[in-house]
Amino acid sequence: MTSTDFDFDLPALRSVPRTAEPLSAAEFRTSQEVRWCPGCGDHAILAAAQGFLASLRIPRENIVIVSGIGCSSRLPYYVDTYGIHSIHGRAPTIATGISINRPDLSVWVVTGDGDALSIGGNHLIHALRRNVNLKILLLNNRIYGLTKGQYSPTSEFGKVTKSTPGGSLDDPFNPIALAIGAGASFVARTIDSDRRHLAATLGAAVAHDGTALVEIYQNCPVFNNDAYQPLKDPSRKDDWTIRLEHGQPVIFGSRSDQAVVRDPVTGALRIGSADDPDVVVHDARTDNPAYALALSLLAEKDLRHTPIGVFRSVFRPTYDSRFRAQLAEAEETGPTDLQQLLLGTDNWTIG
Amino acid sequence: MSVEQIGAEQVRDQARERQRVERLDRVVIRFAGDSGDGMQLTGDRFTAQAATFGNDLATLPNYPAEIRAPAGSLPGVSSFQVQFGNDRVLTPGDRLDALVAMNPAALKANIGDLRPGGVLIVDTHDFTPRALSRVGYDDNPLTDGSLRDYLVHAIDMTSLAGAAVAEFGLSRKEASRARNMFALGLVSWMYNRPIEPTVSFLRRRFGGKPAVLAGNLAALRAGWDLGETTESFAVTYEVAPAPLPAGTYRNIQGNQATAYGLVAAAERAGLRLFLGAYPITPASDVLHELSKLKSYGVRSFQAEDEIAAIGAALGASFAGLLGVTVTSGPGMALKSETLGLAVALELPLVVVDVQRGGPSTGLPTKTEQADLWQAMYGRNGEAPLPVLAARSPADCFDTAIEACRIALKYRTPVVMLSDGYLANGSEPWRVPAVDDLPDLTVEYATDRNGMSADGREVFLPYARDPATLARPLAIPGTPGLQHRIGGLEKDSLTGAVSYDPDNHDRMVRIRQAKIDRIKVPPLEVDDPSGRPGYGARLLVVGWGSTYGPISAACRNIRRRGMAIAQAHLRHLNPLPANLGHVLAAYDTVLVPEMNLGQLASLIRANCLVDTVSYTQLRGLPFRADELEQVFANIITGGEVS
Repeated sequence: MTSTDFDFDLPALRSVPRTAEPLSAAEFRTSQEVRWCPGCGDHAILAAAQGFLASLRIPRENIVIVSGIGCSSRLPYYVDTYGIHSIHGRAPTIATGISINRPDLSVWVVTGDGDALSIGGNHLIHALRRNVNLKILLLNNRIYGLTKGQYSPTSEFGKVTKSTPGGSLDDPFNPIALAIGAGASFVARTIDSDRRHLAATLGAAVAHDGTALVEIYQNCPVFNNDAYQPLKDPSRKDDWTIRLEHGQPVIFGSRSDQAVVRDPVTGALRIGSADDPDVVVHDARTDNPAYALALSLLAEKDLRHTPIGVFRSVFRPTYDSRFRAQLAEAEETGPTDLQQLLLGTDNWTIG
Repeated sequence: MSVEQIGAEQVRDQARERQRVERLDRVVIRFAGDSGDGMQLTGDRFTAQAATFGNDLATLPNYPAEIRAPAGSLPGVSSFQVQFGNDRVLTPGDRLDALVAMNPAALKANIGDLRPGGVLIVDTHDFTPRALSRVGYDDNPLTDGSLRDYLVHAIDMTSLAGAAVAEFGLSRKEASRARNMFALGLVSWMYNRPIEPTVSFLRRRFGGKPAVLAGNLAALRAGWDLGETTESFAVTYEVAPAPLPAGTYRNIQGNQATAYGLVAAAERAGLRLFLGAYPITPASDVLHELSKLKSYGVRSFQAEDEIAAIGAALGASFAGLLGVTVTSGPGMALKSETLGLAVALELPLVVVDVQRGGPSTGLPTKTEQADLWQAMYGRNGEAPLPVLAARSPADCFDTAIEACRIALKYRTPVVMLSDGYLANGSEPWRVPAVDDLPDLTVEYATDRNGMSADGREVFLPYARDPATLARPLAIPGTPGLQHRIGGLEKDSLTGAVSYDPDNHDRMVRIRQAKIDRIKVPPLEVDDPSGRPGYGARLLVVGWGSTYGPISAACRNIRRRGMAIAQAHLRHLNPLPANLGHVLAAYDTVLVPEMNLGQLASLIRANCLVDTVSYTQLRGLPFRADELEQVFANIITGGEVS
């Protein structure tokens, strides 16, 4: 699916107004000077986001982008919608306060690996658990860029940085596995260099009713250059990247000869041959999260066999809808006279 | 009328003749028992009865942080104190006129506060050698003569209550809990309090459980009847209603008043109220109360932590609701960074800090007022914000409305300070008419308000109202006013990121000036001796929940023929403009605080007036008689002890 063949009657956006005509990407640009380093993956993601948002036909005033702190979190300044550049790790909290109160808004969170997974880890898992109707773009460059190059919670073990001259000692988070573990209803991964895939993944995310976590592999040319080179290098990217498409056999490789295979006895997933009778047909909508989790664990430490695409997309009632249903029911059936509330049941009159 | 009933009537008449009624101006009673015994409920119901009767009153619940400390142990004692009177009652009282002790631990923990000659009602059921030795009694205090200074009524209330409820088939636990209703019935009889309010309360609470309702009513009546029919109760007591201003009254606790104030403010602002909160003692009751009020348009959200709670509230404010969060000291510390963001964003937000003993976890269920500096200064950078404090449980209502008024009008986060004493304490409240409350209508921006360099109409989110310095608020969904704001320093008009040195200097000063310019009412001085400077030489300045004990002590000083002036601050930032002028008129400015002198320091810094501090951090409110002694010492030329 691309962003142009979009189903506009999406539950996730049913309360959000639409313009008659598509908007142009230019209308989503602001006068602020873009301050990312030349060659930063964020430029491509910004351009894709502007183009994608324009295709949605949502009035700019009905979109809110909330970010935390870090290079990626500067993005709201460059998109002409409502936006808050907040504080480190806390964007999901502010976005939650906006989303659950305003069903007429499309609310986005832009965050990074440090912002979302280190200082803001708690808020991320709770947003996913609640299934707040947020679209979370997690720009993962596996490094702290804005503070000039310390290792992050997604940096590989042994990462040598200014703060870890002898190599980092901790193993990284797998954001996809973390999100699935937190009960996420939508989890996807895409990559900054593949604009088509990026736009399609954003399209799937915005179509989802509930929290959509999109991990975007993003290059930091200054502090962690070529972190994802194996997935971009034409000579090996097709052999190293597993493209997930719902309903399709998970076959990959430059000669389409490799596949994800399910062991008929243990149910475990492994990399095998495309002609194996047990090649997995990708089902992002399967209820049991074990499948998506197993997919997320296929990648090797050197990024070999990294799946991209939508891992999981299941329906679960959103916090937003439950919150509003409870309010609506109370407002319909409960007392509404504030004066009576203040007077209470045990009162007395003097004079 | 049956024969049995006539007989009972005659017994009562005879008892009435036998018994003497003593008229009192005010009475202090404390109910004490195990924390699982329902002492808070008992005290609360007695309070409602006194309130309905027309007495003025003040209450002080006191309970341990542990939910169920070991039964019968000293740490597990929970108590509820109420003072009711025929005149303005300003504190829950210092010395007890009556103590109800439901077990040996409750007796041991509270007997020291009972005045000589006071009434002591003891449930003897648990006075076993084992229970006595557990709390450190070598001998049974009921028989060893150690209680000879008191009017002791030793009654096996547990057994009597058990007999009264026997026919209703209650569980052992339910039957045992009925003894607090028995105690309530007895004390109600002794102080001539009507039990009807409690009867209707029980009907409401246990309407769906007929056996429990019948049992509780039976126990309540059995307690009352015991008083009427037992010769040992020679005296009953009467406290006439207090002459309060005309109006409709109810009893209200501070946390409930805070919740209602927030709801009323949102109503008067025409906004939805959104509460983001994380449970924390002693603030959780505000969350509980507001969570019940969904039908009034109140939205409450229990967040994953204190930071998320204020973050969601801030998001709600950005989205056009009235965002509030409630917490206590440790939670305030966690919210600091978001408060700084709210200062930078200049969005309305109300943070209620129900203070408790600190630092760190401190004394979760005890009161203190040591978060003033945290509220004033607890943020990085120059991050001024208004700070207000409530003075009494009912005053929490007005203070919450005032906090919301300032937040909405000036587009700023506001901290309202309450404390554990106000939170759980209660007093009669004259219920205002909602329509008489201040109009807090907010005008959101709908049009562009400026020109860009290239001549286009633009929205300038930081183009301020010249009088208030408040910035325009444009909420998402408003066409043409899309804008981005954030924690980075902003251009003083466009809100765009700016690192310009002059702009930063300007913005820091504007944010300060905006708070400094907030109009707050002048400080009023209560000085019956004359206008400032011509009568009393001592002025007592307080803030927050010390209002009750300070006022009671001042009243006693004046009754003793001495002159004293009193002033109490609601607005702590900015301070009333006339404060320095008022203070300068007195020889001595005494500042009693439940901290080490935080307001005193603020006053010295802001007014260049010397102050004398009297401080105490015992987790309990000041006692009026102690303050009276301190005041008297100063007036007669002594030192502050």
